[in-house]
Amino acid sequence: MMALSDLFSRRRKDDPEADGGASNAPTHPTKALKKFLATLGSHAQPTLLDIGPVVGHNVTFFGEHLGCKFQVEELSKDIDRHAREDKLAELPEYLSKRFPQSDESFDGILCWDLFDYLDKKSAQALATQLVRVLRPGGVIFALFNATETLPTTKTYTRFVVVDDTNIQHRPYSAARSKQKPLPNRDIQRMFEPLRVIDQFLLKTNTREMLFRK
Amino acid sequence: MWKRDEAPKPSAPAAPAPAAHQPVSTASVPQPENRRIERDVVNIGKSVVIKGELNGSEDLTIEGHVEGKIELKDHVLTIGPNGRIKAQVLAKSVIVLGEVNGNVTATEKVDIRDGGSVDGDIISPRVAIAEGAHFRGTVDMQRKTAPGQQAQAVKPAAAATTTAPQPHAAAH
Repeated sequence: MMALSDLFSRRRKDDPEADGGASNAPTHPTKALKKFLATLGSHAQPTLLDIGPVVGHNVTFFGEHLGCKFQVEELSKDIDRHAREDKLAELPEYLSKRFPQSDESFDGILCWDLFDYLDKKSAQALATQLVRVLRPGGVIFALFNATETLPTTKTYTRFVVVDDTNIQHRPYSAARSKQKPLPNRDIQRMFEPLRVIDQFLLKTNTREMLFRK
Repeated sequence: MWKRDEAPKPSAPAAPAPAAHQPVSTASVPQPENRRIERDVVNIGKSVVIKGELNGSEDLTIEGHVEGKIELKDHVLTIGPNGRIKAQVLAKSVIVLGEVNGNVTATEKVDIRDGGSVDGDIISPRVAIAEGAHFRGTVDMQRKTAPGQQAQAVKPAAAATTTAPQPHAAAH
């Protein structure tokens, strides 16, 4: 006799819009996302920048529920390319010229855990650019690893917003592992003059941080 | 026992009996719906290169190269896995399995499938991007509802999220 779950998994495989195996990915609670969404919701048609890997569900979530104008700048591919070509020393300069957008273009920025993959110089270059393109009153949502990960673990994560309190984590292969965790003080300095409006340490040893301009 | 399993098969729609009315030599007889779609879809083959403006009133599948502008206001445009588009695209629905360089506007839906790539801005009320797809640009889903209607429209969506979030998680 076929279990009900088997039927659903079969349906997903046939569904062209579904991701194979994505349903097995773990879902973790989030504390800061709700506030991030609330801040975005206060704008008529907020503009949102996502620098993580493109996730179709998030585009739909932010587009349909919040009416966001959603911009994707997938930086993980750039990091991978620099890592593969052994050109990581050039990454800070590349990141400082990576964003063609004019100053104060976005109401919100989703960084996810991308800073974990950057060395200090590259992280600073990226943070400076993000501060530049953020509008006054805008918010940045970022995740930072609190513990060191093995250098052999080379995975990125697609963060899929399930709802305002849950995010599904879908790992996929990367060319670079996470770097040493940045201390809170360094992170705050990196994003100056933004204020940290919320900060949570989750059970997953991830720090969720919200910055406001 | 085994014969019993085979018994229900003749009752399927693609039974040999209808073949008498419509002589089709292939073993896999297409469904009537499929036949209609095949008739209405125009294909631009792999070796075809078009530079300029492409207008039409039929569904179109592009496997070749197109540079310029594509306009299929009331029809579906499919960019096949071999399709390479460097153009502004306007259609009812756009399905991307190949490469698109340019802005895409759809009145219904843009669907970037696994392996598909879009470098440009998308304007469409519905957008689906599969994992494994490449996208760089802006998505504008144009909520056209009036402010009064907006609150009503948001309510059912929010209710759906809280009551059954799982289908959303599995959607893309």
